[in-house]
Amino acid sequence: MTEQTIVIEPGIMAAPREFGPLTRQMFVRYSGASGDLNPMHYDDTMARAAGNPSVFSQGMHQSALLATFATDWLGAESVRRFQVRFREQVWPDDVLTCTGQIDTVTEQADGGRLVTVSLTCSRQTGAVAISGSADFLIAAPDAT
Amino acid sequence: MTTATPEASPIGALGTPFEVLVERGKIREFAAAMQSDNAAYQGRDAIVPPTFLTTATTWAPPGSRVVVGFDRRRLLHGEQEYIFHGPLPRAGDTLIAQERLVERYAKPGKRGGEMHFAIVVTEFRSPAGDLVAEARGTFIQTALKGDAS
Repeated sequence: MTEQTIVIEPGIMAAPREFGPLTRQMFVRYSGASGDLNPMHYDDTMARAAGNPSVFSQGMHQSALLATFATDWLGAESVRRFQVRFREQVWPDDVLTCTGQIDTVTEQADGGRLVTVSLTCSRQTGAVAISGSADFLIAAPDAT
Repeated sequence: MTTATPEASPIGALGTPFEVLVERGKIREFAAAMQSDNAAYQGRDAIVPPTFLTTATTWAPPGSRVVVGFDRRRLLHGEQEYIFHGPLPRAGDTLIAQERLVERYAKPGKRGGEMHFAIVVTEFRSPAGDLVAEARGTFIQTALKGDAS
């Protein structure tokens, strides 16, 4: 895999990334992968009986998409913390946009950098479905 | 209709430790669900994605978890956090997970009544006892109108 050089300094924003339109198949796939078998996410009859217009995406499904965005940006191996706050429900056919910004960069004794970022996953309406933050420990470039 | 709510765990209550096997196929399945084609999640040395440890509950034997004790119809997952204290767990690792109910508090609801919060931390340790990762979940029971509890 080729690693593109990315600029790491406070204020830098990642290129946004879209996921969707979301399908019921995506919700089912996440249910199976995660082990969360709450029927609100794949059984329309039960979801409607509970007062929803249809099934809806798991908050943790959107978190997983946001994690894909964040790990492709700053590195899967580098993650040291990943936090999300669930704000608004997400529905079939929604298109989500993930964005991220570097907030702080702290130099470590070994030359590495601890990078703290803000993350957002928004619906096509502009409303924020999830907000979050994460820490990445970026190792010092190889001296060799 | 009322459903019997299991006895809620008090603050400080500990679940029973249980073994979690980190499996290559499960990581691959999870990566597909998160629409990631990152090479780090493929192959024999696959590492876990940031939210993968949510799957650990599928390893929990009955009765090993703490009981938040909220009404399921008013239960919301408010926040979730994963902390990794070093390199990420990878396929083939065994982790020992244990839940702890760390905090309970209440806030007035926007339309009367009280919102109840509970925070559950799951520690993941290596078989040698080193703290590898922590998961921190915040759960909310929304207010009933005129709820006095």
